[in-house]
Amino acid sequence: MRPFTYERAASAQAAAQAAVAYPNSKFIAGGTNLLDLMKLQIETPTHLIDVNHLGLDRIEKTPDGGLRIGAHVRNTDLAADKVVRRDYAVLSRALVSGASGQLRNKATTAGNLLQRTRCPYFYDMSKPCNKRKPGSGCAAIGGFNRNLAILGASDACIATHPSDMAVAMRLLDARVETVDSHGVTRAVPIAQFHRLPGDTPHIETVLQPGELITAVSLPKPLGGRHFYRKVRDRASYAFANVSVAAVIGDGFQHFAFGGLAHKPWRVEVAEGFSGADAIAEAVLSGARTTPHNVFKTVLTRRTLGAVLREARA
Amino acid sequence: MSDPNDVTRRTLLAGSAVAAGIATAPALAREPVASRKTSSRMTPKMPVSLTVNGQAEALTLDPRVTLLDALREHLHLTGSKKGCDHGQCGACTVIVNGRRINSCLTLAVMHDGDHVTTIEGLGSPEKLHPMQAAFVKHDGFQCGYCTPGQICSSVAMLGEIKDGIPSHVTDDLTHVEFSDSEVRERMSGNICRCAAYPNIIAAIREVHEA
Repeated sequence: MRPFTYERAASAQAAAQAAVAYPNSKFIAGGTNLLDLMKLQIETPTHLIDVNHLGLDRIEKTPDGGLRIGAHVRNTDLAADKVVRRDYAVLSRALVSGASGQLRNKATTAGNLLQRTRCPYFYDMSKPCNKRKPGSGCAAIGGFNRNLAILGASDACIATHPSDMAVAMRLLDARVETVDSHGVTRAVPIAQFHRLPGDTPHIETVLQPGELITAVSLPKPLGGRHFYRKVRDRASYAFANVSVAAVIGDGFQHFAFGGLAHKPWRVEVAEGFSGADAIAEAVLSGARTTPHNVFKTVLTRRTLGAVLREARA
Repeated sequence: MSDPNDVTRRTLLAGSAVAAGIATAPALAREPVASRKTSSRMTPKMPVSLTVNGQAEALTLDPRVTLLDALREHLHLTGSKKGCDHGQCGACTVIVNGRRINSCLTLAVMHDGDHVTTIEGLGSPEKLHPMQAAFVKHDGFQCGYCTPGQICSSVAMLGEIKDGIPSHVTDDLTHVEFSDSEVRERMSGNICRCAAYPNIIAAIREVHEA
């Protein structure tokens, strides 16, 4: 790792102020992705701001019947929360399908949203990558891109977002709450939180420099039956090839998809159709595939079909 | 060394590390001056207080030192192993404040004030932890490199099942029960290159049923 200085922030706003004071700084909470990248010198912050001690580790009901999840609630605790298991089961299911027990014990709600892609060319320092080094090119587009994006990608980047949790958050219409160095707060709908790569794939979210996530809030429960079906190259502890989050109730159905794009993918208009073929066709509209990853179109339709069959059973 | 036959694995490894150092010295000498300057630039060390296996420890560490390196290199608790150093293999698993984590993917300075249990704190050769005894009985290892991590992980994992924390294979999220498939899923963050998995599951099952 490159040398860095370290501080423990005393408050959320103080953390945001420190991030503005040190331009090449990073917040650190779970650290499971950041330290991995720092060891490879893909991330090279010169200052770390530890935000683990801000009291942002509680889950509480909101006045409108929803739930506010502190930014640093660990993935294990969020998946195991009684209210989440009962009313937002799709979120529990998504969380426990990601990473390992050890990692979920450390990884936080906010950090999960902010994790970087696992595109092998992002990790390979000997290859060009517009996300790692803007303007250097993309080795993935003409390379081994079997598990990379088929939707929303650009000529600059075909990376996917690796999170399972974020897919469930997208289905649940979560809002990402933040504070900046002036103490100004805002709540960003999850649909607008992650950006598509365009020609600036290194800018992955709408967060401004120094802006700190304080919570993720969920609207009141949808009811219905909850599913998260993930297809991956091994039975456990692997990133998705394709994943389908679904909540299906009396007269409504919602779907969000992982493994397909630079962000969790949801096409609301597709939720008005019936049957896996019609829904998948609408979801996959505009897909750009390569010979390596074209299988994801079929896999998306079939995984969705499996979820719909399970819902009918 | 008094007896030339009294060669431990540790002294042998230390000896070969020196040899390797000599072999790579010319490569280091060719390193550009500028990059050497960067890599040798020091950051201020920081005080870190840990309670490790019940004992208070006060360290002064570069903030880059991971919890794993603090345990191994500074406290000489070499039971926790460095496999991949990226949170993929689980050999470094320790228990911090009651929770299993990858000690390679966290900084020691982030754990000021925390309680850490390593394999050395679970049991001793004279008085094995039940999980250690079960691993021996069921032959839950071959080379043994992943074993300290497997055992720390197993002990904490049984606590997670007891606490009702669900997993990917839990059918009913509100009802968590021990099963071999639960163990397989929950232990997927601990890789065993020798593939002792069936025996590891047998060992864990025995401790669960005891």
